[in-house]
Amino acid sequence: MKADPKLYDYWPYLNRPKITWPGGKKLAFWVAPNIEFYELYPPPNPKRTPWPRPLPDIVPYSYRDHGNRVGHWRLMELMDKFAVRGSVSLSTAICQHHPDIIEACNERNWEFFSHGIYNTRYTYGMSRAQEDAMIKDSIKTVKEATGQRVRGYLAPALTHSEHTIELLAENEIWYSCDLFQDDQPQPLLTKKKSKLISMPYSLEVNDHYAFNVYGQSSGQYADLLKRHFDQLLLEGEESGTVMCIPLHAYLIGRAHRIGTFAEVLDHITRHKDEVWVTTAAEIADYYRDNCYDAALHNISDANRLAAKI
Amino acid sequence: MTLPKSYLEYPKRNNGMDHNLYNYSNLFKRAPVTWPKNKNVALWITVALEYFPLALNHETTVKSPPFKAPGNMVTPYPDYRTYTAREYGNRVGIYRILKIFDKLGIKASFPTNTVLAKRYPFLIREIAQRDHEFIGHGTDMNALHFGGMDEDVERKQIKSSLKGLRIATGQDVSGWLSPARSESENTLSLLTKNYIQYVCDWANDDMPYLIGQADKLIVMPHTMELDDRQLLVNLGQNEKTWQEQILMAFDFLHRESKVCGGRILHLSLTPSVIGQAWRIKTLHDTLEILMQTGWVWNATGGQIATEWKAQQ
Repeated sequence: MKADPKLYDYWPYLNRPKITWPGGKKLAFWVAPNIEFYELYPPPNPKRTPWPRPLPDIVPYSYRDHGNRVGHWRLMELMDKFAVRGSVSLSTAICQHHPDIIEACNERNWEFFSHGIYNTRYTYGMSRAQEDAMIKDSIKTVKEATGQRVRGYLAPALTHSEHTIELLAENEIWYSCDLFQDDQPQPLLTKKKSKLISMPYSLEVNDHYAFNVYGQSSGQYADLLKRHFDQLLLEGEESGTVMCIPLHAYLIGRAHRIGTFAEVLDHITRHKDEVWVTTAAEIADYYRDNCYDAALHNISDANRLAAKI
Repeated sequence: MTLPKSYLEYPKRNNGMDHNLYNYSNLFKRAPVTWPKNKNVALWITVALEYFPLALNHETTVKSPPFKAPGNMVTPYPDYRTYTAREYGNRVGIYRILKIFDKLGIKASFPTNTVLAKRYPFLIREIAQRDHEFIGHGTDMNALHFGGMDEDVERKQIKSSLKGLRIATGQDVSGWLSPARSESENTLSLLTKNYIQYVCDWANDDMPYLIGQADKLIVMPHTMELDDRQLLVNLGQNEKTWQEQILMAFDFLHRESKVCGGRILHLSLTPSVIGQAWRIKTLHDTLEILMQTGWVWNATGGQIATEWKAQQ
C-alpha cells in the first residue's frame, strides 16, 4: 500500500499558464447528472456492504430508483429550458434497464461517460483483468446503445484500485473524474503514453454532499452554487477554470428542490458571454489540443524550481 | 452485576484539578494584559498544513493507532476521494488563503506536518517569504501521539519531526499543535526538551496559561469552537452562520477587553475546507471586517505568547 499514489505532480495554483476557453471564455461549465442503477440483490463484496439492512433493503433502493422514474425527467426538462446539455455519469446497465432514458439523452446530444456497470458493483477486490473487463464492457455498451465513444470515467460508487488510472489510459479514456485535487484539469501520470487528464468534477458541490452530508436546504445549496460559480468566474480571468455540478436526479429532482435549482442555471446562463456551457468531453478535447503541453511545461518548471529550494 | 469497591472511592477529590499539570485559575481574577499599540483583541489565525497518507499504516507510523485524525481516509484503500480532496487544500485552497493574507496584511501561524514541508518546498518558501510562523505539527496525520504509546517511539517522532521542520523552514519553531490535538502523558515534557515554548492542544481557556513540569510551556487558546472543519463540515453550518459567530465572538471579546484587559480571538483554518471556491469570499470578507475595526492586533502565536509572558 502506498502513502502517495503519484497520479499527478504537485502544481501550485499560482502563476499557471493562462487557459482561454473557446470564444475567449473564462469558465467552462458542465453538468454531470449521475444516472445510476443500484441492484436490489447485489452480490456481496469483500470490502463494502451495498445496503445497510438485510436484502431486500427497499427504502434506500427505491429512494434512488425515484431518480430514474421521476427526477430525471424533471431535471432534463429544466436543462432543456436553459439549453444546458448533460454529461451523464452512467451506470451503463441503464442502457439495458431503461433504454428510454438513454434515447432521450442521446436525442439531446448529451454526452455519456462511464460510471461502471452498476453502482452496486465495486472495484474493491477486482483483479486488474476484471477491472479492465468492466471498463471495456461499459465502453462497448455505450457505443452499441448510443453510437458514442466513452471518453470519461468516474469509478462506480467512487471505488478504486491502484490500477484504475492506468487502465483508463490503456482504454483511450481522455478524462478521469475520480480525482478532486484541483479546479483546473491536469495531465495525469501514467506508464502508457496518453493525454489522460483529471477533469474537475467539484465533488464537494455535489448534491449528495449538500443535502445528505452537510444537511443544506435547497435554498442554501442554490446559494452555494452561485457563490462557487462567481468565484471560479473571477479566477477564470487569470486562467480558465472548470465548474461542474454533479447531480443525482433522486436528490435534485425532488419537488422541493428542482424549482430552486432553476435559479442556479438561470444565474449561470446569464453570464453566457463569459462562460462556455459545454460537456466534459468537449472540455477534455479542447484541453488536450490547446492546453496540455503548456501545462506539462509549467509543471516540469515548477518541479525543477522546487528541487533547487 | 456489581462494580469493585474502588469505583466508589475518590482519591483525587480535593480542591483544584485532578492532576498536577496546571492549577485552576478563574479568568476574571487574573491581572489584565495589554497588547501592543493598545489594541483590544489579538487576532491569531492558524492554517493547518496537513498531509494525510493514502495508506493508513505506512512505514513512518505507529502500527494500529487507536483512532484516526479528523479528515483522514474514509473508504477502503485506495481512498482517492479523500486523499485528493485534502490535496486540493495544499495545491489550490492554500494559495487563495495566502492571497487574502497578502491583501489584508495578515500574519498567521501554520501548524505544518514535517512530511508536507519536505514534499512541498515551494509552498513552504512562499509562506516563509511572507514572514508567517511555522508551528510543529508532527510527522504526518497518521503519526499520532496518544496515551499509552511507547515513549521511545514518541521521543523519536517529536525529535525528528521538529528537526525536519526547522531545517525545511529555516525557522526556530517555538509552537506545537499535535496531529488531531492528541497528546500522550509524555508529550509535554518531550516538547520542552525539544525547545518548544507553547502548545495549542488544550481547549480550556480564552487566554494563555502555563502548563507542565515547572510551568515551562505556555498553552495558547487554540479554540475548536470556530474551527472551519468543525462548523462547516462536521456540523454542516453554512458560511454565513460561521461568519456571524466569528463577528459575535469578536464583538463580545472587544467589549470584555475594556474591563478585563487584552483578549485573543483565534481562528483555525483548513485549506481544503475554507479554501474551496464557494467559501473563500466569506473568509476574505470576515477578515476584512475584523482588520478594519482598528481594534485588532494581528500577530502570530509566537508573538502573542511572548507578549503575554513578558507581562506575567
